[in-house]
Amino acid sequence: MAKTVDQYFNDVCETRVWRSIFRSGTGSSTLKRALAIQQNVFLHLFSTKVRTRMLSFSATWYLGTLTLGTFLILVATGIPLMLYYHPSVPQAYADTKDLQFVVSSGMFLRNLHRWSAHAMVFLVFAHMFKVFYRGAYRPPREFNWVIGVVLLLITLLLSYTGYLLPWDQLAYWAITVGSNIASAVPVMGEKIHFLLLGGNAVNANALLRFYVLHCMILPLTAMFFVAIHFWRIRKDGGLYAHSSEPSVLRANEESKTLTASGNPKEAK
Amino acid sequence: MDEEKTTGKDLSRRQFFTKLGLGSMSIAAAGSVAFAYQYLEPNVLYEPSPVVNAGKPDRYPLDSVTLDVNSGIYIIHSQEGFFSVSAVCTHLGCLTAWKPELNMIACPCHGSKFQRNGAKIEGPAPKPLPWKRVWLNDDGDLLVDRSTDVPALARDSFVRV
Repeated sequence: MAKTVDQYFNDVCETRVWRSIFRSGTGSSTLKRALAIQQNVFLHLFSTKVRTRMLSFSATWYLGTLTLGTFLILVATGIPLMLYYHPSVPQAYADTKDLQFVVSSGMFLRNLHRWSAHAMVFLVFAHMFKVFYRGAYRPPREFNWVIGVVLLLITLLLSYTGYLLPWDQLAYWAITVGSNIASAVPVMGEKIHFLLLGGNAVNANALLRFYVLHCMILPLTAMFFVAIHFWRIRKDGGLYAHSSEPSVLRANEESKTLTASGNPKEAK
Repeated sequence: MDEEKTTGKDLSRRQFFTKLGLGSMSIAAAGSVAFAYQYLEPNVLYEPSPVVNAGKPDRYPLDSVTLDVNSGIYIIHSQEGFFSVSAVCTHLGCLTAWKPELNMIACPCHGSKFQRNGAKIEGPAPKPLPWKRVWLNDDGDLLVDRSTDVPALARDSFVRV
């Protein structure tokens, strides 16, 4: 009797090697499925159980997940781009042109990076609006909203720092204007401007600082806050569903008793 | 447990070491902040010198406005003499351009307009373009110090050849 693919897979899952990696074991019981999530380093941030209704498109429009998706694309395309890019003047511009016209698939990676960046900014805003209009920012989720605002700022800073890297006229003047906006901060403005650029004008120092911010500091900060953001969804009671909020449940319960008896006193 | 309790103002051994530990960690943290700040602030800048040699004055015909794109200054030869105005817009730092057909200096970024003596015609720029110190060196070259502002239209702000 020939074995099915499922049976072969089950056999692999029973091996000692597999069991040493995935401790939760096999089986489709609720407990085993919950453990598979809870004991996985990548998935343990998420709720072990999710209502099916919350996975429907209408609940979230998948905006947060899509934002994470664009972020992952940006990491996956950004690292190969770093292999051909020197953050120096005027080499940066030549490297950008090489990536566009000489390097195999360079144009594809660069365009994918650019469009994903635009998409991520759009999705972050869309996610924010969706959360706002559903009222999902309200307690107990108010701190996760604050983390979301931090993530919005990091997204915008990532966008801004990446804008300088091609070292073309557009980049140069955009960063000149943007950094001058920073010097409008009261008292410390000029100092912030100087530290951000590593000098008085947009120059080699500024390019290098923006490169380090764009490729190291800001992505790592973003990952740190994204981890907290996801973990807090679980800690704050999962994705927001109006109909399962405690106050709504209580109100529903009361209205049921009312309609069943017609008289609240008799219901007791 | 009772031994840990303090009598009067005396610290217990544990409290003393907690304070000592927190205190030294605070000092170390403050030191790290100062260290990071000093490290992030460059001590040497490899930026172009603020003093620009604009060449011989006879390069600039009477009533002309000449933009030096690399140094971001205008050299203007007026009836009263030579003077220099910054070409960097006082709004957000874009490089302005002289428009001879309109007889004004215009910024391409956000549309600020100035007269050739730097006076503001139209915002969003908050301030007029500053005048820069000009003088002649021993070789008869016109020098401009971009780091020194001088009062607009003042007698000493012109160079007469």
